[in-house]
Amino acid sequence: MLKIICLVAVLVTAVGSTAMASPQGAQLHDSQYPDVDIAHGANLYSARCITCHGAQGDAIGGVNLRSGKFRNAITDRDLAGFIRAGSPAAGMPPFALDDTDMAGIIAYLRNMNSFDAATVKSGNVARGRAVFEGKGACTKCHRVGRVGSHVGPNLTDIGSLRSAGSLQRSLLEPTSQMMPVNRPVRLVTKDGTVINGRRLNEDTYSIQIMDDRERLHSVLKTDLREYTIVTTSPMPSYKGTLSSEELSDLLGYLLSLKGQS
Amino acid sequence: MMTRKRRLFAGCVASLICLLSFRVQGQVTSQRLTAANSEPQNWLTYSGNYQSHRFSLLDQITPANVKNLKLQWVYQAPVAGNWQTTPLVVDGVMYITQRPNDVVALDAITGRAFWIYRYTPNPDRIVCCGANNRGVAILGDTLFMGTLDANLIAIETKSGRQIWKTEVASTTAGYSITHAPLVVKDKVIVGVGGGEYGIRGFIAAYDANTGKEAWRFYTIPGPGEKGHETWEACPPASGTFCDPDAWKHGGGSIWMTGSYDPQLNLTYWGVGNVGPDYAGAQRPGDNLYTDSVVALDADTGTLRWHYQFTPHDVYDYDSVQVPVLVDNWARTGINALIWANRNGNYYALDRATGRFLLGRPFVKVNWMSEFDERGRPIQTPQPPGQPTYPGNQGGTNWYSPSFSPLTNLFYVSAWEDYASIYGPSPVEYNQGRNFTGGGPRPFGSVPGAPGLARAPINTWTEAAGHGAVIALDAATGDQKWKFNMTDVTDSGILTTRSHLLFTGGREGYFQALDARTGTLLWKTNLGAAINSGPMSYRVGNRQYVATVSGLSLFVFALDE
Repeated sequence: MLKIICLVAVLVTAVGSTAMASPQGAQLHDSQYPDVDIAHGANLYSARCITCHGAQGDAIGGVNLRSGKFRNAITDRDLAGFIRAGSPAAGMPPFALDDTDMAGIIAYLRNMNSFDAATVKSGNVARGRAVFEGKGACTKCHRVGRVGSHVGPNLTDIGSLRSAGSLQRSLLEPTSQMMPVNRPVRLVTKDGTVINGRRLNEDTYSIQIMDDRERLHSVLKTDLREYTIVTTSPMPSYKGTLSSEELSDLLGYLLSLKGQS
Repeated sequence: MMTRKRRLFAGCVASLICLLSFRVQGQVTSQRLTAANSEPQNWLTYSGNYQSHRFSLLDQITPANVKNLKLQWVYQAPVAGNWQTTPLVVDGVMYITQRPNDVVALDAITGRAFWIYRYTPNPDRIVCCGANNRGVAILGDTLFMGTLDANLIAIETKSGRQIWKTEVASTTAGYSITHAPLVVKDKVIVGVGGGEYGIRGFIAAYDANTGKEAWRFYTIPGPGEKGHETWEACPPASGTFCDPDAWKHGGGSIWMTGSYDPQLNLTYWGVGNVGPDYAGAQRPGDNLYTDSVVALDADTGTLRWHYQFTPHDVYDYDSVQVPVLVDNWARTGINALIWANRNGNYYALDRATGRFLLGRPFVKVNWMSEFDERGRPIQTPQPPGQPTYPGNQGGTNWYSPSFSPLTNLFYVSAWEDYASIYGPSPVEYNQGRNFTGGGPRPFGSVPGAPGLARAPINTWTEAAGHGAVIALDAATGDQKWKFNMTDVTDSGILTTRSHLLFTGGREGYFQALDARTGTLLWKTNLGAAINSGPMSYRVGNRQYVATVSGLSLFVFALDE
């Protein structure tokens, strides 16, 4: 008889703790910008902007970034466009930031006046990788480059796809950030065989999944007696299982994943 | 293998549904590739096995029931253009390439996609003659694809994600890769196209795990290398243009997949035309190893032997045809390599030594008269303005042939009574520019006569030639039967254990013949030219036959 291992039991990626653990924890800042996005933006600012604009954002005459308000960029979309295009006449080059970095830099610029960089940070990438592949056991389900499992979503370029805030919440409250495409499915065939997996493709009559043993399946819906789309993430929260520093490091590592292979 | 079979059996007795969903998806080891005939349900290499027989051991579909074949599913490609891929099927999953360089994993029963890998080749790529990709190779859980911009890419079978990419050659210098790679042991072997752009061709092997180059064999030998002497010095003051550096852009492209003999550890590859194609006066000599077959040590790339089919070619008679390996040829005990060449001749060579065993025309040939005792053709150039047989597209071309060990017949898509008139003209090499040195024109005053161009309207007549499937006795080259078509054909051929032959043509018919007699048993009109090689596989208890026609992949089986 075919024996199927329950996906929920296997899909571990435990990370935990309230950490990221600024005093604010995973809560949103007073504004709409998550603290971790602001923190990520602060790091970017230090690396790429500080030379011209200065630590306080006022090194260029007539420009005070700490105000959070800009003449030519009322909305965040305006601001992103301005940063991408640059201002050649004023000597500012264009910056080709990906979505995560752009979200971070905007979050930081909007909160530069009130943000205390010492309270929130994304941590050390190398240590974060060690957590990812070690204590966090993330590779049991996820894959980065050529390491890890195909069972869960591939994270090779997750740092380009998700904001820092979203990633942090994924670690603490996985279900809150689960994309619909990653909802686990539970199939029970007419003979009672259970297949748990992740959808790769679906049409009116059939479904293609990666099961929890990394096998590809293509199943006709007429051969199923049950087809359940699970709306809770099989990934457990890392709250309480990783220290705040480990969570910060793990977040730093995830943010660094931008398409390596 | 026994372990896999037991697992499959244990899994499948549980229920019928297992046929749909529970398929053993094991690693495709080098041993499995070598023993491909022991798992006829799968199609593990471009030509089905290392011997390149394009012969399926499946026999559920027979001459008696083939008339009951029904279309099971269709996969339509999103990008228009001549589609020449042959799918691989591994344990119920089909892997195909589609233009320009996508790879798609499909459920082999329903045609539904598991994933699509998309690759956008360099827009400045330079590719001749209907830029194409003919398929992937597999090892372990990795697929390998050459690209139009001359990269080799490794892709995960389970996810379709890229693992590594290696630049094989410069695309802006006219290099490309269009054929399916060949995996031998832990290496991925590919060659480069670009014979119309003055490349210096080569075959190279790459570490399957890292993409690092392991060896390279230049099909145009450089100074100091054996064979370089066949790029002779220009005669003094001959009065015609002669290129003293002809070897540097001498062509010798590779654009069809080679074969492999595990016992000899030799891999065989057909080499394309010399550059420039037609202006022979500017490149005196035999121009090795163009229009040759080369036998290379699979571990080192060292040349063991070669045979040149068309020395000093001026007709564009690429010898890129798939090398077909036949054991105990003509009951002589010799393990041979058989070959129907674009130049119109059928050959048999000792594949251990390259010794010439047999050569004789399978279509009308007038560019040569006979072979000398070593197998060198005695050439008979035709006067200017007179037709040369076979014409520019050859007696056959790149279309995959098939060999049935059961009938001992070699099946070839041929262009019969077909000629061209050649008009060479001098040409200087400029990187990335066309480097053919003149061109052919069809013989016969018929607009639209056969050539590379394809159209649904056939306005030429019997005066311009026609296509056929011919069955040659592999031992003698005698023609045992012929199936004529009105139009020409670019289709490959599949034969099966049950003596079926599947093939297509430009007319769009997909047809099944009796491989013993050539009798038509079944046909269906798929509506567009068939330019790929059909293949067969089995999932559960059901045999399928697949072919590409136009922009679609069609899959047939008997109704359950």
